[in-house]
Amino acid sequence: MMLFWLIAVPLLGGAACWGSERVLGRGAATLALVVLALETLLFASLPPHAGDGGGWLMQLAWPWIPRFGIGFHLALDGISYLLVALTLLLGFMAVGCSWPEIDRHRGLYYLNVLWTLAGTIGVFLAIDLFLFFFFWEVMLVPMYFLISIWGHENRAYAAMKFFIFTQVSGLLMLIAILALVFCLEHSSGMLSFDYLDLLGQRLDAGTARWIMLGFFVAFTVKLPAVPFHTWLPDAHTQAPTGGSVLLAGVLLKTGAYGLLRFAIPLFPEAAREFAPAAMGLGVVGILYGAKLAFAQTDLKRLIAYTSVSHMGFVLVGAYAFNAYGFQGAVMTMLAHGISAAALFMLAGALQCRLHTRDMGRMGGFWTAAPRFGGVALFFSLAALGLPGLGNFIGEFLVLLGGFRSNIALTAAAALGLVLAPVYSLHVVQRVFHGAAAASLPADLRASELALLAVLMTAAVALGIRPQPFLDLSKPALAGASLIPESRRAAAGAKPEQVGAVGAEGTQGFGGGGRGAVR
Amino acid sequence: MLNLLWLVPTFPLAGFLAWAATGGSLPNRWAPWLGAGTVGLAAVLTAGIGAEFLTQPPPGNHFRQILFDWIGVADFRAEGALYLDALSLQMLFVVTGVGFLIHVYSAGYMADDLGQARFFAYMNLFVAAMLILVLADNLILLYLGWEGVGLCSYLLIGFWYDQPENGYAARKAFVVTRVGDTAMALGLFLLFDRLGTLDIQAGMARAVDLWPSGSPLPTAAALLLLGGAVGKSAQLPLQVWLPDAMAGPTPISALIHAATMVTAGVYLIARTQVLFHLAPEVQGLVGIVGAATLLLASCSALVQTDIKRVLAYSTVSQIGYMFLALGAGAWSAAIFHLMTHAFFKALLFLAAGAVILALHHEQNIFRMGGLRQRLPLVFWTFVAGAAALVALPLTSGYSSKHEILLAAYQASPWLWAAGALGALLTALYTSRLVLVAFFGPQHAEVHPALPVTVTLPLVVLAVLSIAGGWLRMPLAPALPEPEIHSGGFALNLVTAAIPMVGVVLALGLFRQRAEAAAAGPSPFVADVSRLWFSGWGFDWIYQQLLVRPFLGLAAVNRADVVDAAYRGIARLARLGHRALSASQTGRLRWYAAAMLLGTVLVLAAGVVS
Repeated sequence: MMLFWLIAVPLLGGAACWGSERVLGRGAATLALVVLALETLLFASLPPHAGDGGGWLMQLAWPWIPRFGIGFHLALDGISYLLVALTLLLGFMAVGCSWPEIDRHRGLYYLNVLWTLAGTIGVFLAIDLFLFFFFWEVMLVPMYFLISIWGHENRAYAAMKFFIFTQVSGLLMLIAILALVFCLEHSSGMLSFDYLDLLGQRLDAGTARWIMLGFFVAFTVKLPAVPFHTWLPDAHTQAPTGGSVLLAGVLLKTGAYGLLRFAIPLFPEAAREFAPAAMGLGVVGILYGAKLAFAQTDLKRLIAYTSVSHMGFVLVGAYAFNAYGFQGAVMTMLAHGISAAALFMLAGALQCRLHTRDMGRMGGFWTAAPRFGGVALFFSLAALGLPGLGNFIGEFLVLLGGFRSNIALTAAAALGLVLAPVYSLHVVQRVFHGAAAASLPADLRASELALLAVLMTAAVALGIRPQPFLDLSKPALAGASLIPESRRAAAGAKPEQVGAVGAEGTQGFGGGGRGAVR
Repeated sequence: MLNLLWLVPTFPLAGFLAWAATGGSLPNRWAPWLGAGTVGLAAVLTAGIGAEFLTQPPPGNHFRQILFDWIGVADFRAEGALYLDALSLQMLFVVTGVGFLIHVYSAGYMADDLGQARFFAYMNLFVAAMLILVLADNLILLYLGWEGVGLCSYLLIGFWYDQPENGYAARKAFVVTRVGDTAMALGLFLLFDRLGTLDIQAGMARAVDLWPSGSPLPTAAALLLLGGAVGKSAQLPLQVWLPDAMAGPTPISALIHAATMVTAGVYLIARTQVLFHLAPEVQGLVGIVGAATLLLASCSALVQTDIKRVLAYSTVSQIGYMFLALGAGAWSAAIFHLMTHAFFKALLFLAAGAVILALHHEQNIFRMGGLRQRLPLVFWTFVAGAAALVALPLTSGYSSKHEILLAAYQASPWLWAAGALGALLTALYTSRLVLVAFFGPQHAEVHPALPVTVTLPLVVLAVLSIAGGWLRMPLAPALPEPEIHSGGFALNLVTAAIPMVGVVLALGLFRQRAEAAAAGPSPFVADVSRLWFSGWGFDWIYQQLLVRPFLGLAAVNRADVVDAAYRGIARLARLGHRALSASQTGRLRWYAAAMLLGTVLVLAAGVVS
């Protein structure tokens, strides 16, 4: 029941925001904050630890359309717990940074923000595939309106592009879901959209490969991976700040989540076979995104391309098929959610002040706005993977895992570590260092600083104390049969066991899983 | 006392955090007190810890302090743990001691700068990161310190951020060293993948158990770590960033780009010497890299006109000596030279800074001249540092460099020859610097009033440059002590005499020609000196091979070629839309004609088939 309210509260709250606009006026934002606070209370009452260690922290299963085997089945495990937490945190940020920016149709705006959050939370909780698809669409529509109504100069184009990309990929996913369900019916006579029913299914290799590809493409469009990434720069650039925060911070993570939750566990063999190609795509994304980021002159567009680069690490980690890679992918999702959201908030704050995103008209802002510069420097450093901040932990674990499964691709991915400072420090130089530009921005206000300070704290916490987060996602990854025999942990102590670790490294994938495959 | 080890990096870190917590609005007048004070506390604490460590050595001659669990995934464990042995203690002394003196100096040097608080905050952060680097118990914590010092180097090179060229130098330093760091990161992945741990002591022990000497795995791992070391320590082929790093304030050049950070590569190799021992080829390569670097850099130092760039190339070359020593297996000699170099090179930079301050930011040595009378204290301290750099007998530099050269001879006469030639060149460029800047006619107006915060560190460091050789610590259990033969009387004599020959040669060469040097030399000499001046054209090569292609690629593909495909689809759809709507004319006869045509075509198709 709690899980249901987790989705219902923002839905109802959003409607309330809309309805109350005429009465409350500016108060719509306050109401949105109240709704989020309520939601946070609700979330805080959930148990963060599973009693039996079986992976799921909480489940809710109601019948919905029993005739087709569709149920309203929600479940929470460590990964969804972390991602819902991230969604809520960034929800506050999105509302907070929209406060000064949005000056028309406030009620409707917050309705769309809250409904996007509701859809996203639904995506993270639903484990009935039909329900998942439903929420996948639900989160798309309000985001479309956020871009097309409150966006910048080229908003209609960007919103349409975003919609078409996501819609086409969603259609592909629907076909894949149906194919998977009919395969199950064919083999066992049971019609069910339930993830847990579909999980253990044995498919023949060819079928599995095609269905897996359907899921893979749908999720990598959202992630996004090259070559499906081109909706993202336009959408991010044109969206209002709050929209960019949600897009970069949360919506991209649904793609990564889909890969970890569905595309890999449902088709373990096919995914493993496909792993080199997927890792290769990730590497291409890392390098290509970094290169394009460097080339941009539009600040928001630049940050958008850095997302392409960072999500490439998630792809590499997810398809490394070992505990380091999976955990690293989850850490990268969280850390990137925070750092990218913060960078978009900063870019939005600059745009509000200067009415331009063109870096050619910026420069030397540090003197006029030292706090602005300091915070921007901080998140640029987070983006380039400075140790001590969350992104480093994620990227380090991803590369550590990748190294064990494919050395050549990992070495190529590591080149991203060289390119990241090239674009990150380029931004700092163009905007905050150098000769002072004609018009200078005011420094960050206390309210803006407070929001960003929360994100800075989160980034440091992820970097210095990542263990609670890693512990939370570990049983989930193991429970979803992602980490076969992750308990071979204690190898550290004895030399002969260490030799075994080394030998396994030469063969590529983690040992336990291979047994399961054959 | 040893249990207070964690406080050593914590003090300077607290200094930085105090600045950050106030949102950078810490008053400037507090900054020097906070900045120098925290490092001073760390130095005092280090002295106490060092005294206890040396008088009552802990069991096993090392002390390990686990602070917190950092990362744990499956069998990967990394703790926030500190490790103190003779090697890290030696580094601790250098970092906190020299660091403190440079902080005191900065209080005077940066007194008029508006960004003083920011300056000291970055300096404190640097010292904290450097202390973490040398105290780290595992390679990933070491990597954290390693990247942290790189960050501070970036921040401080670009400290005067309104000049775009400073920003360029700062980014160049960061990106070039990041190339090395990435190699090092891959080395860590390899080590963990094969050894199952990144704990330095356990990993080294396991490497000895598992890997035969000279096998491919230790060779690959050592090579990758060497990549990190040459980046940070500005050795071939990644040495290009250091001369440009002189864009930062002079105390930064002394602290980061002479005494501490740039020697981190030497520390890394010494710390993982077991691995290099298992990879003799790579260890040999370390020596060759050192020899080549020291020769190339001394040639470049010989023709520079900017006082800081002379010293920068000299630093590159002196670190080359340390690499030479590492390559020859003289581990403790390398660390010994690291320490004496920290004294005399910090001194030279600080004295140069005093000159620059007195001359209102004049850095060209040919516009100095005759400073001997006007700045006697600076002159004499500078000479003390120069003597140690040249390695004249009775200085600290002599003790360390002499030992390196003897060890090099034992490893290979060629390494010795390179080192000896380097010693000659060192004497030449150092004498040239002293003669041109401090002797001859006076060119510039001098304001000799220097605050005591500037002069006091100079005096202390001058004493250390001369007598610092006595502060050598036995590094025995931490580093193996190879037997160094005294090498016979002739070798000793030649090795000791070379620097003096160089000085005499320089007196003849540069005394009269201080001015003539700039006037028309022969074309060949001019070409060579232009090549040397540019640092052997490495910048040009990298510019052509890497930077320009990257910029070109970025410029060509700014609009993202992948998107063109999607734009093509959109255009196609629009085209179809336009074509079809053009047919929707509303005229009946067109429709009727089209229907007729269609019918005829269908019938024709039926008949033909």
